[in-house]
Amino acid sequence: MVPLNAYLMLAAAIFSIGLIGFITRRSIIMMLICVELMLNAVNITLISLSHYMQDFMGQIIALLIIANAGAGMATGLALLINAYRLKKTVKIDLFRDLRG
Amino acid sequence: MSVPLLFFSYFALATIVLSLIVITRKNYIHAVLWTLLLFVHISGIYLFLNAEFFAMIQMIVYAGAILVMLIFVIMLLNVKHEDHLSDVSSLPIPKAFLVFCVLGVLAFTLQVSYLNSTGKFSIDLVNKISDAKLLGQVFYSEANLPLIIMGVVLFVPMIAAIVLAGKRSDE
Amino acid sequence: MLMDIVILIIKVAVVLGVVLLHVAYAVYFERKILGHMQSRLGPTEVGPLGLFQPFADLIKLFFKEDNIPLGADKVLFTIAPVIVVTCVMTSFSVIPFAAGWVLANINVGLLLVLAMGSLGVYGIIIAGWSSNSKYAFLGGLRSSAQIISYEIPMGIALLAVLIMSGSLNLSDIVYAQEKLPWGMFIFPQILGFFVFLVCALAETNRTPFDLPEAETELVAGYLTEYSGFRWGLFFLAEYSAMYVMSSMLSICFLGGWTLPPFLTNLFPILNLMPGIVWFLLKVYMFMFFYIWIRGTVPRYRFDQLLKIGWKFLLPLSLTNLFVIMIIKKVFMP
Repeated sequence: MVPLNAYLMLAAAIFSIGLIGFITRRSIIMMLICVELMLNAVNITLISLSHYMQDFMGQIIALLIIANAGAGMATGLALLINAYRLKKTVKIDLFRDLRG
Repeated sequence: MSVPLLFFSYFALATIVLSLIVITRKNYIHAVLWTLLLFVHISGIYLFLNAEFFAMIQMIVYAGAILVMLIFVIMLLNVKHEDHLSDVSSLPIPKAFLVFCVLGVLAFTLQVSYLNSTGKFSIDLVNKISDAKLLGQVFYSEANLPLIIMGVVLFVPMIAAIVLAGKRSDE
Repeated sequence: MLMDIVILIIKVAVVLGVVLLHVAYAVYFERKILGHMQSRLGPTEVGPLGLFQPFADLIKLFFKEDNIPLGADKVLFTIAPVIVVTCVMTSFSVIPFAAGWVLANINVGLLLVLAMGSLGVYGIIIAGWSSNSKYAFLGGLRSSAQIISYEIPMGIALLAVLIMSGSLNLSDIVYAQEKLPWGMFIFPQILGFFVFLVCALAETNRTPFDLPEAETELVAGYLTEYSGFRWGLFFLAEYSAMYVMSSMLSICFLGGWTLPPFLTNLFPILNLMPGIVWFLLKVYMFMFFYIWIRGTVPRYRFDQLLKIGWKFLLPLSLTNLFVIMIIKKVFMP
């Protein structure tokens, strides 16, 4: 029987690795991929807790998160297409027109 | 070591190694394909947790739709090779160290030693009524408001993506 | 424990062997039937009536030169056919050929078939992109856009089947059809059947939606740079996908391995035939329909193809869903 701590630690590790990728790789595409990694880590936490605490709301919230991830990704990619049309680059450090 | 524990340790180790590989790829298409492999392994982890519907939904939605969208955008944008090489930020090592400290804090606080809860939805119930059926029952009785809101949340980006990224008439 | 694993491996080997033999002879029968429809004989040289033609083709494919284009991504070029074949063969593990004859009786079998269809797109995208050729790249993008557009009406048509049967388990869908007096889901769901049929044609890149493989368009689409055994793997995947779609059609809409109850009440002698015979007859009927359509109908242009998928099939499948919801609520409580 796999202990609950293993699942929670695994999810924490994936979340941290996604966070490292998010703040280290400075292109919009890699940042979108790392956001997906972090959302998956949250899903693993929710579903494992729902399994061990025998409560079903965890799985419901996880389904809502999957739907939200899809919607967010679609909007983010639409914005990425527009940004690339404007500046011809995906490096987020070069989008500094609104800096004060 | 029992057989389920052996399989779980393979999946856990593979997930961590694959996520490390994903964030260090230079070519974006390779990064997306390693992410696809990572999602297949996460789908396997859901199978350990009696959530077979989630395993399939993860494959269909994440691996089959979201990543395909990402690959299409990467191919259509035709990102130049110089962008692939030089997108690491300044000072990556101190930033990574900070995140490892955050991981250490999480590891310290997430130790659950005693969990004695018997709720309404025991493992036997989820095995008897299949996961998908139980999800439908709960969604339409207790959590019907999130279902309706999820409909709106999925509908609005459909329109938003077409409006934002469509062809402009004055271009 | 060990005995279970050995028996499972033997079952998997049997299913794989039967499927590969069926695929080889599907190619032979396609050439024969198309030939007869076009007033000519198909292959007749190798063996009696040309029956050993598939083996001759296989040996020829082994001896062709295996080249990878200059500048292509070697790893991705090699992996692309493997992805497509793996996904299609995995779908065969949940299909019930007769009562209890299924390799993996999981509770979400229908979703697994949909998931493997979604994953098969990756093989095509990677094949197109890694070939380092303009024709292959455009063909890959077009083909994958076609496949993902037609997945949605297919999923909604299967949703109507799920409403009427109450379970995602493919065996349970067949058992739910036995309760109706005419034994098939096709009668309340004729619209859903039509939508699924058209989507099955589009998902497997068959005429009238076979723009990627047409000889006069874009050379050969995503397959341009593939030769020899890798090309053989892509075609193995295509014909196996045709078998998977035919099996899904016969399980979800025609009653799988069972006959309608009114027929078995009239002629009890029909119960003597094992269920797999009826299943295979229905699958062969759909394969013949695939080949018949190929010999009859002209192909669509790419924008017409996408228009059909989004503007015609999607509203039709939603209408079907709505009608089935009303029928289930009113007539079958």
